[in-house]
Amino acid sequence: MRPDYQLSQLDVLESEAIHIIREVAAEFERPALLFSGGKDSVVMLALARRAFWPARIPFPVMHVDTGHNFPEVLEFRDRQVAGLGVRLVVASVQESIDAGRVSEETGRHPSRNRLQTVTLLDAIEQHGFDALFGGARRDEEKARAKERVFSFRDEFGQWDPKNQRPELWNLYNTRLRRGEHIRVFPLSNWTELDVWCYIEREGLEVPSIYFAHQRRVFERDGLLLADSPYLARGQDEPAFTATVRYRTVGDMTCTGAVESTAATVPEVIAEVAATRITERGQTRADDRTSEAAMEDRKREGYF
Amino acid sequence: MDMLRFATAGSVDDGKSTLIGRLLYDSKQVFADQLEAVERTSRDRGEEYTNLALLTDGLRAEREQGITIDVAYRYFATPRRKFIIADTPGHIQYTRNMVTGASTADLAVVLVDARNGLTEQSRRHAFLTALLRVPHLVLAVNKMDLVGYSAEVFDRICAEFSAFATRLDIGDLTFVPISALHGDNVVERSASMPWYDGPSLLHHLEHVHIASDRNLIDVRFPVQYVVRPQAATDAALHDYRGYAGQVAGGVIKPGDEVLHLPSGFSTTVRRIEAAGTDVPEAFPPMSVTLLLDDDVDISRGDMICRPHNRPNAAQDVDAMVCWMSAEQALARRSRLVVKHTSRTVKAIVTDLQYRIDVNTLHRDASADRLSLNEIGRARLRLTQPIFCDPYARNRATGGFILIDEASNATVGAGMITEAS
Repeated sequence: MRPDYQLSQLDVLESEAIHIIREVAAEFERPALLFSGGKDSVVMLALARRAFWPARIPFPVMHVDTGHNFPEVLEFRDRQVAGLGVRLVVASVQESIDAGRVSEETGRHPSRNRLQTVTLLDAIEQHGFDALFGGARRDEEKARAKERVFSFRDEFGQWDPKNQRPELWNLYNTRLRRGEHIRVFPLSNWTELDVWCYIEREGLEVPSIYFAHQRRVFERDGLLLADSPYLARGQDEPAFTATVRYRTVGDMTCTGAVESTAATVPEVIAEVAATRITERGQTRADDRTSEAAMEDRKREGYF
Repeated sequence: MDMLRFATAGSVDDGKSTLIGRLLYDSKQVFADQLEAVERTSRDRGEEYTNLALLTDGLRAEREQGITIDVAYRYFATPRRKFIIADTPGHIQYTRNMVTGASTADLAVVLVDARNGLTEQSRRHAFLTALLRVPHLVLAVNKMDLVGYSAEVFDRICAEFSAFATRLDIGDLTFVPISALHGDNVVERSASMPWYDGPSLLHHLEHVHIASDRNLIDVRFPVQYVVRPQAATDAALHDYRGYAGQVAGGVIKPGDEVLHLPSGFSTTVRRIEAAGTDVPEAFPPMSVTLLLDDDVDISRGDMICRPHNRPNAAQDVDAMVCWMSAEQALARRSRLVVKHTSRTVKAIVTDLQYRIDVNTLHRDASADRLSLNEIGRARLRLTQPIFCDPYARNRATGGFILIDEASNATVGAGMITEAS
């Protein structure tokens, strides 16, 4: 702490996020925190822990399980949740498929990415959640750059980017009608580098796949995808072993790895600080469909 | 590293997007894939140059119509500071968006086109900056290359703006002559304007002193949440009762005598916790938990302050209101919900004193309503008191939002001028 009462950017971001998390706990009946096991949700969960310390986190954690997750991440999720004593709600895309709510994509590059929206919205309705914390950041993607911290969703779970509530100072409008909900993004003002610097400063654990490891991969559309039973490789897509790490953690079918030797948090920070490509641009097949792919999915109720 | 939040105001014509693009690009915050996407789109549209506005205009409708609709937030950092840009659209129909972006800004950059000098729009931007009490204002006189880098043109615009600014309450005013297109005085000092001896825009953003902008005098702690562990097994936590919130003013230390509102009871701060660990002091904008010596009945919406420095406990407030709803207007007898710090109360508009013309600053006392994007001074009667200060003294305890009870929409923002 400096004598002129100036906080570091990480302290300011931490205070802002804790304020947001407490506001949700104070004003909503049934909030839940969306936890993917990715670094952003790890930071969000740590902030929730700090916001209510020494009390327990007063809301459950929800994971939307596509059935195509990295096993390392599921193991990590279960360990984190057990350690914090929070309740875990798993919403399963496989169950949505089995129940006939959605059908599996066909074609050469099927993905369950888009199917998650239905599973998520069904779970929100089933559990009566009125607020969901998400780890999205505004620096990730241009539609997100315009989204509010408290982002209103109508009874169909839809986002209307042209009709967002003005958000001034740190005053958030939390009023809802039955069936509507709010997505809350406490990390809105964090960048990828801020997230990693906070992980380093607080000594937070993240899944092992964020660090360099050997993996069987193949190349598709410039992305390195994991060779797994969930993805059919074409004849022209030979698998090979590479030293890689993941910059984002999502579904195995659409999350690409990057070639990297960064094996520790400081090495990852050095790599992130020097990179010239955005994390989603480098690792997400789901954003490549069109210029407004994220906006279109968000309108339907995506994360 | 500390952080500066700044808002940019001006239209595409003034070169605002080019300026932001230049700041991001020159500080290496535009990524290769983003630039590639923008170049591709520019090419597809048959534009002859890479349109950097596409970097900030993220929504489908914005891209289709070539306009900025909403506040976009952009991030970049230099070794000295992290910056958050609230990029706000310039046209009058987006006044509410500029008000939104300015509400949290430490600094505002208002752009003018050197060829046109001050316009109605630049006066409006300066007025809104002053109204929202953004502590620092930079008038960036852009397109200096198109006026032959003339010192005379720059001086004339500065003089005209200074004369206008004396009618406003602007804390710190800086003028920078730039050419966003060529990069003059944006990141590096320009060789084309040897007569200018001030810093480049980025240098100013990196060095402007913001620590003293916060109110570190009046202790204000709006209670946001009461932390009560339910762990009956842990005896140490049995009596734990912490009051969580974000410090809105002053410096609080353990041992300080504090006063609780509305009860008026005094007690002492025993400990202060931040993110789970003890800290020696708390000041804005820290989120902390206070532990107090005496068992006082305190809940969300209450205020903790110092015994001899209290906020107003007001049920009648006069405020400058910016109206943000297209569906309805503000008028006498309008019934609304006020959210102020952590307290939410009902309100009725008892008077509309005047509407202000945001271009000329003319006050129209005959106005009977405020429509979308209009600003005026109104008086509100509240069902319960709020603990507030004039907005000029403290942005956190002087600002509030207005919510329509029927639609749940945020329909306005208020800045308290007087309270009783």
